[in-house]
Amino acid sequence: MDWAHRIVVAVCTVVLGLALAACEREERRFREMPSGVSPSNVRLSEIQPGLAVTTPPTTSPYENNAYAISEGKRLYTQFNCVGCHANGGGGMGPPLMDDKWIYGSAPANVFATIVEGRPNGMPAFGGKLAHDQVWQLVAYVRSLSGLVQQNATSARDDHMQATAPGMAQPQEHPMSTKAEHPQ
Amino acid sequence: MRAPALWQHGRPSQVCLLSVTALCTGCAGMQSALHPAGPQATHISHLWWLMFWVCTGVFVLVIGFLLYAVFYPRQQNQPVTTPETERRTARVVVAAVVITGLVLFALLVADFRTNRALAALSTSQPLKIKVTGHQWWWEVQYEASIPSQIVTTANELHLPTGQPVLLELTSQDVIHSFWVPNLHGKKDLIPGYVTTLWLQADQPGVFRGQCAEFCGHQHAYMAFLVIAEPPDVFSAWLEAQRSPAVAPGDALQQRGQEVFLSAACVLCHTIRGTPAGAKAAPDLTHLASRQTLAAGTLYNTPGHLAGWIVDAQQLKPGNKMPPNSLTGSNLQALLAYLTNLK
Amino acid sequence: MADDTHVMDASELHEHQLLEQTWQQPRGFFRWFTHVHHQSIGKRFIITAFIFFFLGGVLALLMRLQLARPQQALLGPDLYNQIFTVHGSTMMFLFAVPVVQGMGIYLVPLMLGTRDFAFPRLNAFSYWIYVLGGIVLYAFFLCNTGPDAGWFTYVPLAGPEYSPGKRIDVWQNLINFTELSALGASVGLIVTIFKLRAPGMSLNRLPLFVWSILVMSFMVVFAMPAVITASLFATLDRMFGMHFFNPAEGGDALLWQHLFWFFGHPEVYIIFMPGLGMVSAIVQTFSHRAVFGYTPMVLSLIATGFMAFGLWVHHMFATGLPQLGLSFFTAASMMIAIPSGVQIFCWIATLWRGRPRLHTPLLFVLGFVCIFVLGGLTGVMLASVALDLQVHDTFFVVAHLHYVLIGGAVFPLFGAVYYWFPKITGRLLSERAGTWNFWLMFIGFNLTFFPMHQLGLQGMPRRIYTYVPETGWGSLNLLATVGGIILALGVLVFVGNILWSRRHGQVAGSNPWDADTLEWGTSSPPPSYNFLHVPVVQGREALWVHTAEAPVVTGLRSDRREVLVTRILDAEPDHRTELPGPSIWPLALALAVTVAFVGAIFTPWAVPVSAVLCLIALIGWAWPYQKKTDQEQRIAGQQL
Repeated sequence: MDWAHRIVVAVCTVVLGLALAACEREERRFREMPSGVSPSNVRLSEIQPGLAVTTPPTTSPYENNAYAISEGKRLYTQFNCVGCHANGGGGMGPPLMDDKWIYGSAPANVFATIVEGRPNGMPAFGGKLAHDQVWQLVAYVRSLSGLVQQNATSARDDHMQATAPGMAQPQEHPMSTKAEHPQ
Repeated sequence: MRAPALWQHGRPSQVCLLSVTALCTGCAGMQSALHPAGPQATHISHLWWLMFWVCTGVFVLVIGFLLYAVFYPRQQNQPVTTPETERRTARVVVAAVVITGLVLFALLVADFRTNRALAALSTSQPLKIKVTGHQWWWEVQYEASIPSQIVTTANELHLPTGQPVLLELTSQDVIHSFWVPNLHGKKDLIPGYVTTLWLQADQPGVFRGQCAEFCGHQHAYMAFLVIAEPPDVFSAWLEAQRSPAVAPGDALQQRGQEVFLSAACVLCHTIRGTPAGAKAAPDLTHLASRQTLAAGTLYNTPGHLAGWIVDAQQLKPGNKMPPNSLTGSNLQALLAYLTNLK
Repeated sequence: MADDTHVMDASELHEHQLLEQTWQQPRGFFRWFTHVHHQSIGKRFIITAFIFFFLGGVLALLMRLQLARPQQALLGPDLYNQIFTVHGSTMMFLFAVPVVQGMGIYLVPLMLGTRDFAFPRLNAFSYWIYVLGGIVLYAFFLCNTGPDAGWFTYVPLAGPEYSPGKRIDVWQNLINFTELSALGASVGLIVTIFKLRAPGMSLNRLPLFVWSILVMSFMVVFAMPAVITASLFATLDRMFGMHFFNPAEGGDALLWQHLFWFFGHPEVYIIFMPGLGMVSAIVQTFSHRAVFGYTPMVLSLIATGFMAFGLWVHHMFATGLPQLGLSFFTAASMMIAIPSGVQIFCWIATLWRGRPRLHTPLLFVLGFVCIFVLGGLTGVMLASVALDLQVHDTFFVVAHLHYVLIGGAVFPLFGAVYYWFPKITGRLLSERAGTWNFWLMFIGFNLTFFPMHQLGLQGMPRRIYTYVPETGWGSLNLLATVGGIILALGVLVFVGNILWSRRHGQVAGSNPWDADTLEWGTSSPPPSYNFLHVPVVQGREALWVHTAEAPVVTGLRSDRREVLVTRILDAEPDHRTELPGPSIWPLALALAVTVAFVGAIFTPWAVPVSAVLCLIALIGWAWPYQKKTDQEQRIAGQQL
């Protein structure tokens, strides 16, 4: 019965692997993330005097979470990001679909941009948006330029067609150094 | 996650008194199709009772015949079936089928007549109310030809008694269904369509309705109230709703307004008469005039309101209102302001 | 025909050994995956379907526990939504249709007097694709990716914007698997019934069970394409950004409902039609006379099958469609009660003019009549637009659908299991346990679902994970939960009865019930070749009119899997054909198709990759069978 035992173990491993992989994408978190997940060590410059202090980048709690990206899309329209950034193509504000990130595309950088605001017209939403809403927006904004897993994005809105289907976005390498740091 | 209890038996007891045939426990009749309070629900209720008694009769007959067929005592030595008995049985079966057809036809006619009665309720120049479904709340707008007279509220409809009212229903997101059993059957709110429903309440009262098409996480807590009142009371209510929000009366309320405008609230809610004009969430201009919060989930008390503002996800997980961390004094001020918005 | 009292003479013994060698199912773990004989496949369908029945039942119990008291915190909204969706999808797609098809696959060739199913490998493929589909659904469900928009996944809720992630794609996939399986099995059933009957079994001598399977199979062939189309459109919307259901770009949210319900309404008749056939078989046997009114019964089955396709809008009465159209569907929905009524009256007449023996199968039939008639009457109520506007999408409908589906399909199914278990296993199920089983299920079922009628009228909508206490719905919900537990106990007694009786049940002969259909003319369990001599049928109640001098079919080869093909109307012998034996290619193709379906959830590349795999499997399937059987080699050796 050894082969039967081995088959059972193989099946369990596959199932466990599936479980771990799929859980995050489909998780629907309704309560706010612990407040510790607010990045406080965002650097806007690569240059440091003396020896560089490297801190591990804060990961987005909602990276690759389908529900969060979809909520981010809703908030993006609701809070009028479309007013300046359109649906990623930009207008008064810079486009978000391309790979030029003035203040960096790392999740922590985008978080800081939304919360602190930026010169030349980006409002500061800190204090007005709950942290998990900001992270949802971070996830969605990054998805506009293909920086999240395609599986977690959706194909289209149930409204008038404004963007290319999320799943058809050209995939960018998530940790491309060109895009991650400010330019 | 236990939401605090719904409204106490205040005004609803009027409906309880009116429910002459309260059959069940609880405040029977509040959300029941069997306790009609208007002509539409009354027609349907009559049809229901007709069908109920006819179907009960048919059921008793069929089961009676079945049990008799199985259990009647048979003669041991005689054949149970002969060509003569087969012919007789054939006649009985044919007769039963014919009677079935006739009964069904009668019920069909009763249904058509009820449908005609339902369609007959209308009037030229009715009061028009536009109801838009959102996940998971009801936007209610009283139409008017002059735009400044349009009234927008949420999760609560007021109707004048004795008049047909036309509801125009649509949805901003997914399919919902507007259903207040005491007054009429349901009608779906479908994005891309405008469906209509004619309602009339014959007596004053408070009736509860609930969304009846699965619409996502909080479909269970997407309810609303329909308050039927005498026409003069209704007109007074409508007029009061038309006015902009009550200005803050004292320093605490003034600070409360500032908290409202500087915190997250202003990003989603409207309070007419203030700079807050967002349309993503229910209109709060006359919040304190409403009986419930969170789409019929909570009674509108300061305690419930505080709990809702601070952590709505605890009470209705998955709904679109985020938690808000406010300091104690800010929360106090905000509550003082909001509970003043009559 | 072989039966337990008949002792085989020498030539019959030789024949038996040859046939046994030709037809036997290969032994061994890996060879188990190559079985194609209808007895194997039929049993697998039935057992697998019952496993899904238990899983779906567990989900139902979880829901009942959550709803027993107001505002319980046992299940949150997200999990509850997945549970009710997976419960509905399991019961409708993974239990109800496969189990009745499985009963058909096992019993129909035996009832027709032939040795196997028309397309054995297609049949095996249908089984494998069904099992893989079920495993895929539950694997995803365990990974928090279970579908969560209801078993009919209305758009736009189930569309790309409001159902993010892959949950709904899993549901769309389940449709692909199960509908492919149903179509494969149905095609095989239709051809078997039309072309593989024993000589003398003209169409007007077909047992009523076989008629019900035939009509059901035709309904499957016409209904499934609608849901596959709907599912395709939804997948194109969700995966490729198309706008079939997007009102803002010219699509329509109601299109989904029309397409789905055009399938969905016939689907429920597909589920309950074989139940009608099972009831006819049981009533006929236990009244020991032919069912009264054979021709009206057959015409009722056919009429029901046709009319079922004209009712679908009664699921959409609240959507604001024009009143004239709705009235047409009201009339049609009421009219379909007439053929069902004909059937009920004929069964009552049969019992009246017979001598009923109240064994467990007949007990379940009586339960079926009580429950199904009640469900049918609430169906007439729901057919009326005015009343439906009040009770649509409430617990009244939940009550109705369970009354007609459990009453119309599950009770006959349990009765059929008690009836045919001796044939399949050779042992009778315990009558005492059967009585307990029946009463627990009957009482439990009524306690669970009858109060739901009242709950619906009192305003309780469907698919809510909780409710506030002031609605007053708490006590009836608690009663329903208690009933559900009793119903579950009844099912446990059933399982216990089966497990015990397999070892210790009274040994059944070939015909313990003195029934009339052909499957009772062979041993219990039947040999791998079904019949030692293929019979020639002399009348409608084959075994009751059979005489000892009746001719049998000779000339079929015993060293190949040969069956006699007869003509459709009169079952005159037409020609012989050879059926394929055990083969791994159905499983291989099923795995390749699974790669296609599951992979397509994640990437379009799955389609070309799996197309190559499917091509390989199909080539293997279609490869001409060159190798001689062992037997042929031995015969050739003897001839040399």
